[in-house]
Order: sequence, then structure tokens, then C-alpha cells
Amino acid sequence: MSNSAQEKTTGLASLRERFKGVNLRQNGLFVALLGLVFYFAVTTPNSASLTPSNFSNLVVQNGYILVLAIGMVIVIIAGHIDLSVGSVAAFIGAVAGILVVRPLEQDGWEWLSALPWWLGIVGAIAVGALVGAWQGFWVAYVGIPAFIVGLAGMLLFRGLALMTLQNTNIGPFPDEFRAIGNGFLDKEQALNVMLGVPPELNASALVVTMLGILALWVHQLRQRVGRIKYEQVVEPVAWFYSKNVILTAMVGFVGFQLSRANGIPYTLLLLVFLVVVYSVIMNSTQFGRYVYAIGGNLNAAMLSGINVRRVNFWIFVNMSSLAALSGVLIAARMNSAVPKAGDGFELDAISSVFIGGAAVQGGVGTVIGSMIGGMVQGVLANGMNLNSVGIDTQMTIKGLVLLFAVAFDVWSKNRK
Amino acid sequence: MTGTILEMRSITKTFPGVVALDDVNLQVKHGEIHAICGENGAGKSTLMKVLSGVYPHGSYSGDIIFNGKTREFSNLRDSEAEGVVIIHQELALSPHLSIAENIFLRNEIKKFGLINWNETNKCAKDLMDRVGLRENPNTPIKDIGVGKQQLVEIAKALSKEVKLLILDEPTAALNDEDSSHLLGLLRALRDQGITSIIISHKLHEIETIADTTTILRDGEVVESLDMKGSNVSQERIIKGMVGRDMENRYPTRVAEVGEEILRVENWNAYHPQDHARKIVDDVSIVVNRGEIVGLAGIMGAGRTEFARSVFGHSYGTNITGKVFVAGKEANVRTVADAIRSGIAYATEDRKRFGLNLIEDIKRNVTLASLRDFVKGFLVSSNEEFRKANEYRDSMNIKAPSVLTVTNQLSGGNQQKVVLSKWINVNPEVLILDEPTRGIDVGAKYEIYLIIQRLASEGKGVIVISSELPELIGICDRIYAIAEGAITGEVSRANADPETLMKFMTAEKEATHV
Repeated sequence: MSNSAQEKTTGLASLRERFKGVNLRQNGLFVALLGLVFYFAVTTPNSASLTPSNFSNLVVQNGYILVLAIGMVIVIIAGHIDLSVGSVAAFIGAVAGILVVRPLEQDGWEWLSALPWWLGIVGAIAVGALVGAWQGFWVAYVGIPAFIVGLAGMLLFRGLALMTLQNTNIGPFPDEFRAIGNGFLDKEQALNVMLGVPPELNASALVVTMLGILALWVHQLRQRVGRIKYEQVVEPVAWFYSKNVILTAMVGFVGFQLSRANGIPYTLLLLVFLVVVYSVIMNSTQFGRYVYAIGGNLNAAMLSGINVRRVNFWIFVNMSSLAALSGVLIAARMNSAVPKAGDGFELDAISSVFIGGAAVQGGVGTVIGSMIGGMVQGVLANGMNLNSVGIDTQMTIKGLVLLFAVAFDVWSKNRK
Repeated sequence: MTGTILEMRSITKTFPGVVALDDVNLQVKHGEIHAICGENGAGKSTLMKVLSGVYPHGSYSGDIIFNGKTREFSNLRDSEAEGVVIIHQELALSPHLSIAENIFLRNEIKKFGLINWNETNKCAKDLMDRVGLRENPNTPIKDIGVGKQQLVEIAKALSKEVKLLILDEPTAALNDEDSSHLLGLLRALRDQGITSIIISHKLHEIETIADTTTILRDGEVVESLDMKGSNVSQERIIKGMVGRDMENRYPTRVAEVGEEILRVENWNAYHPQDHARKIVDDVSIVVNRGEIVGLAGIMGAGRTEFARSVFGHSYGTNITGKVFVAGKEANVRTVADAIRSGIAYATEDRKRFGLNLIEDIKRNVTLASLRDFVKGFLVSSNEEFRKANEYRDSMNIKAPSVLTVTNQLSGGNQQKVVLSKWINVNPEVLILDEPTRGIDVGAKYEIYLIIQRLASEGKGVIVISSELPELIGICDRIYAIAEGAITGEVSRANADPETLMKFMTAEKEATHV
């Protein structure tokens, strides 16, 4: 009796297994994102959502949220939450302002303000890491729930931002500093001349796009060959190629549109870099795997010899460092450090992560999923703005999207 | 005051793949103390859950006749309304509420919809007097000891006008003084006409207090013994509990015992919260290469606590003692240290402590030895896959692929994943805590073969188990542990259930056979 039952489940499971190569949920979210893009392409006046400049705007407007979401997904996978990131971003923006722009009035500290812009950024992010060490200390070593530490940090660092700025704004920033938030790769089109590309297209954007597509194919093929060599189940050939052709077409389209505008925003380059690095960290380093293990079963992780405190500590150092980077991006984009910067961004970042498929209980989530979740929110807001939808309706819809996205997750999990 | 208060007629209860109760008949006389004995997993708790409505009518077959009528309880509230109250081993008290509030929880004394505190405290005081609890009714539960908490539970039962009181292992966590007070109270309640059913492993208690003893084994009633008049000894009860056919359930093997691989000396550990309570008491043991050593003890005897305190101090405080692996003193201060020293521990509760149930087989197998899969900076997922597949073959893990999420595996296969994980850290000594709990007979046999294979590879294996036949069937030597201390050591030749049970229920005093 038990034997035949086992065979039946094995048959079912193998079917599910075949689909497992295909990540249904994440692909579903991706399809939803495409649906949104399509919807707004049809409904916005003159297809305004598909114009080159709008693509550019989407990236730079959402960049700092997406940077936060990268750190936040790691925090959430480990079973925590961090409410302080918006305030930390504001505080670090202020610190960057002090380091790069405004001379300090205290005697003996003038040298600090004479820092070159890049050293100012490094310094600001280092302060962010210290903030993370502070938060991580309380969470990991004292054992205070991250929710409380974050809530306290939200007030604490907003207060420090106000103190640092002494209730004023600091700006303007040097052009090089502003470029990370507002700038474009080779805006002057130096490469166009070399390659003989007409000036209505940005040659370097095209080159970068092609390099990106090349990297995508090399990575996908290498991974597939490696898996086949180790006799693992891989996606069906047809699916593999059609998936990558579709991806290629999309990357190509976005790249082409960007090249018709001002080129590739530095923010986008930074984001792609971070997404690749953090995806690798989460999938293929001991640290990343320990994060999943802790979130999946804390006790089992401890009894497997994982130093849970240390991992938790570094998760928060990382989070605040990325919040610092986000703060620098905000300051650069606004060309000034303001006390209200990043207000409420923690909630956008958290929403991105949950829409992107992370589980509230921890143990589940991906960097790329959170990026798609963030883009769903970004495209939604952007499209509604172009359609002149009021802020009241926008908020309502954003709330419902978050709720239904997670409800769908819960529902599909229970069905299993 | 004679006659039958409770009759359970041919109760059968099945879980997927397991018959937990098989045609069980139980008769409890009015005003008696009725003890139920049996090994862990014999079906005692299941029977009581059927009786109290935790498993509702319809989920089992058979009849319950209580107080002359057939009852169809569909939840605890139904059974309590008729005066059947169950007190579980883990007490169901709310730690921050007061004694009085706990007694009347879900049964509050109200006036115009508001709680009448004066009446509540007065009634609480009366009930507390009845059970001999001298405390202020406003004291929070967390501020009184376990023994007194047990009394609060009984007072709570009395407030519900209990007719049949069921106590699951009431003295397991109590010291001698509290235990004897509790047993005295049960006698007093009997004289007031309250019937009790008591589940206990402490046979000397049963011997002194019970009027009738029913013995369960493998979901069936073996016998009911009248304890009054006739001289029923503890040995008699033990025989009923363990006497089963043991042939062909354990693979045969010839042990090749080598030099010493693990020695623990004078090991002590205290309760993590209650720092005054000694949980592991001066334990010293030796394990040799190629040897399978059993650790026998009833639940709560400190077996798991001992193992986990040795395994990286993952249980207990104020731990003292020395651990030697292969003759060298080993650092076991953290789990990582213990693993590095060559000790591995597979937990008794694989779902809570062993597996990441939302991850696949592959990632569970490699979690404790992830470092070995790092090439450059990165974990080689392909190497993990290869290794996990090796284990899938060698351990016969039945799953469509190593990418199957462990949640979807049967208990036996989950256990094989846990064992694979620990074998993969390449330890010198493996401590296997209840390695066959909750898995079917066929998978058990496979686990025994794996254990024997490990021993024949020259590792030292410690098996902790509640099932005596299992220990006797596979171990070369067995230590008995009771109340945190080693109470006996038995070689394979001398091992029989009666001897072991005597040690396991003995007072602390080491004996060698």
C-alpha cells in the first residue's frame, strides 16, 4: 500500500521537478511586470511610457530604492527586518555633504571637508558600515529584535541627520559627485566619432548593451554545460533558448531606447554590478548560504556549526553600507543633502522584497526577484503619473498590489 | 462508590501509514487511580487524546462510555464540560498571569460581563487550599516552581468540577518532595471520589499509588493488572511493557572494537534558565572505535541534554568536564569547535533542529561541511550536486532528485538526509539521538545497517533511544541514564530489557553488570 502511494507521489513530484528547472513564481512575476509595461504602453498618451527618456527616468528614479532592496532582501531572508534604512540614507547624505561640500566650523577639522569627491563617497560609506556595526551589535550580540533596533534607528539616524545638517540643506555637490545620480556614460558621444555611429544614437550605450547580452549568453551557456557535465536536470532546450532570446530582445530594446536618450545612466551600471555581485554572494558563497540556512531553520543552522551571531552582524553591516550608498545616490540626484531625504524609503524597499517573493518567515527570497518587485512598483508609479492618476489612487493601488502579491504567494504555497 | 466510570471500547486510531491504537479496551472504575504504562510510542498519549476529544469523534473508531452514556467529544471543551480534564506534561499555564487568573482562565467568574475579582480570588484561595498550595493567588505563575505549577493545574481542574483527572507524566519534572506531595494529593482526591488516570514511567510511583495498571505496547493493550492485594512488582510491569518478539528486526554483525575514540570525564551541565537545576550529573563515558554504544533513559532523563552539551555546549549552562577525542583533549565550546574536533550530533527532532525543510536535499546535506565545497571564493554547486547524489545512492534516499525539497520526504528519508549531512563532516564520533523515531519498520532496518556500516568503518557511534529492544538489538554496550546521571553500564551479553529498565528507573547509584 505504502509502496504504490510512494510511486504515485514520485510520479507527481517528477513532473513538478521538470517544472522546477523553470522557476514558475519568479517567471510569473516577470510576466506581470511585462504586462504592466504593456498596459502603460497602450494607455499612456502617445505611449509616453515607452519613450527613451522615460526609460532613463525609471532607472534613476528607482535606483536608490533598488539599492536598498538588495540589502533588505538579505535581511529579510535571514528572518529580520530593517526599518532604519531611510533615515540612515538621510544621515549618510548629510555626512557626504559635510565631507565633500561644507567646511566644518570646528577648529582642527577643516581638513575633513577638503576631501576629493570620491574619497568623500568612500568615507560616507565607511560611516554607513559603522552604523551597520552599531545595529548589528544590538541585533546579533545583544539579541534585541531587529524590528525594535530598526525602529529606534529610524528615529536615531533621522535625528543625527538633522543635527549634522543643522536644519539646513547642504549643496551643491561637485559635478563628478552628481554624476553618480544624474550622469550618463559618455554623454558627449566620444565613441560615436570613433565608431561612426550617427549622433541620434549613443554608441557607448549600444556597445555596453551588446557586451551585456554577450555576458548573459556566456553565463547561461556555461552554467548549462556545467550542469550537463554533472548530469543534472536542466531546462528543456526549447525553453532555454526561447527564454534567453526573449531576455536578449528585452535587454536590447532597453539598451536601444537608452542610446536614443542620453545613454546609459551611471546608476544603471552601478545597479547591474551590485545585482550580479550580490546574486553570486547569495547563491555561491558560504555567507549567502548561511543566510538562507539561518532564515530557513535557525536551530538547525546553529546545530550545523554556523556562527549565527557573526552572520547576523555582517548582514546589518552590509545593509547599512548599502543604505549609505543609497543616501549618496539620493544626495547626488537632488544635488543637495536634505534632512527629509529617504523618508519612507524603507517601506518601498520592504515592499519590493515581498512583492519579489521573499517570505515573511525568512529563508526565501532572491536579489533578482526583489529587483523585479521594485520595478513593478516603479513602473506602476511611473505609469500612473504619466496617466495623471491622483496620489490618493496611487497609494491605494500600491497597497493593494503589495497585499495581493503576498496573498498570491501564501495561497500558492498552501495549495501545495 | 463502585462501578465503572469510563469504558473505552475497541478504540482504533490510525495515522497515515501507522496504526497508533489497535482495538484498545480500557475500563476505569469509579474512584480509583488507574495507571497506564508503556514504552514511548506505545500509544498512551494517543489514547488520552482520543478520550479528551483532542482527536475528535469520527477520527477514530470505537466507543467511549463515560458516566453511563456514550460520548462523542469533538474537542477539549466538550470533554471538560462532562468533567474529563487532562493535564499535559508541558503545562498549559500562562506565565505572566496570576495563579487565580490561570485557575479561572476560560472559566472566569463574571458579574455584569466584568470579572468579579473579589470572588475570583476567594474561590482561587479555596481551591488552592484543597490542593495544598500556600501562595498568594495574585502571584504570577512564572514566579512559582514547577511543582506548584502542577498544583495550579489541578486546582484549575477542580474548578471545572472534574470527575476524571488525566495526568500525563505529572512527576517527570518534579523533585522527590514535590512528587510525593502530588501523589498524596491524588490519594486525597480519590477519597473525595475523583477518579484519576496517571501516565508515568516511574514504576515505583505506580507501584505505590495505582489501584489498577493497564499496560500498552505497540498500540495494543497487553494486560490490566489489579494492584491491590496481589503483589505486582515493578519487574512484572516491565515484562509486560517490553516483552515482544525481537527476532529479525536487527541486522546481525560482528563488532571489531578498536582503541578508544571518545572519552567524556565528569561532565556536568545545568538548566539554561534555572541555573540551580543540575541536568547532567557527573557523567563519564567511553566509546571505542568500531563500537556502537547505547544511551538508555526515559524521556527527560538527560540523554539529549548530555549529548547536546557535549556537542558544542548547545545545551545548558555552567558546563564542566573534559572531552577527549582519540586521546587528545577536545575543544567543544561551540558547535563549530565540536565538529572540528570530530564530533557529530544528529538530533532527535529532525524537523525542528535537523533540517531546513524549505531547502532541497543537496543544500541540507552540505550545510555542515560547506567549506569543503568552496573553490576559490565560491561554493561549487555542481560539486555539491555530485556529492549529494552519492549520498542519495549510498543511503538509498528515495526522492526524484537531490533538488527535492526535504519537506516532501518521508520521515525515514529525512533521517537519511540528516545522517548524510553528518557523515559528510567526516566525524570520528557520531551521536545519533533517536535515529529511528517516527519512521517505519523497513526504514528502521536501513538506518540500522547505516549505523553498523559507520561502526565498521572505525567510527565510534553513540545511539540514544527510548526503545530498549532497539538498543539491545544494535548496541555493543549500553549505558543507562536516570535523572542526569549514569546509573548502570551493561554489555551486550548481559543486556535485557528488565535489567535496563531497572537502571533507567533507579535512583542515582552507578552499578556495573
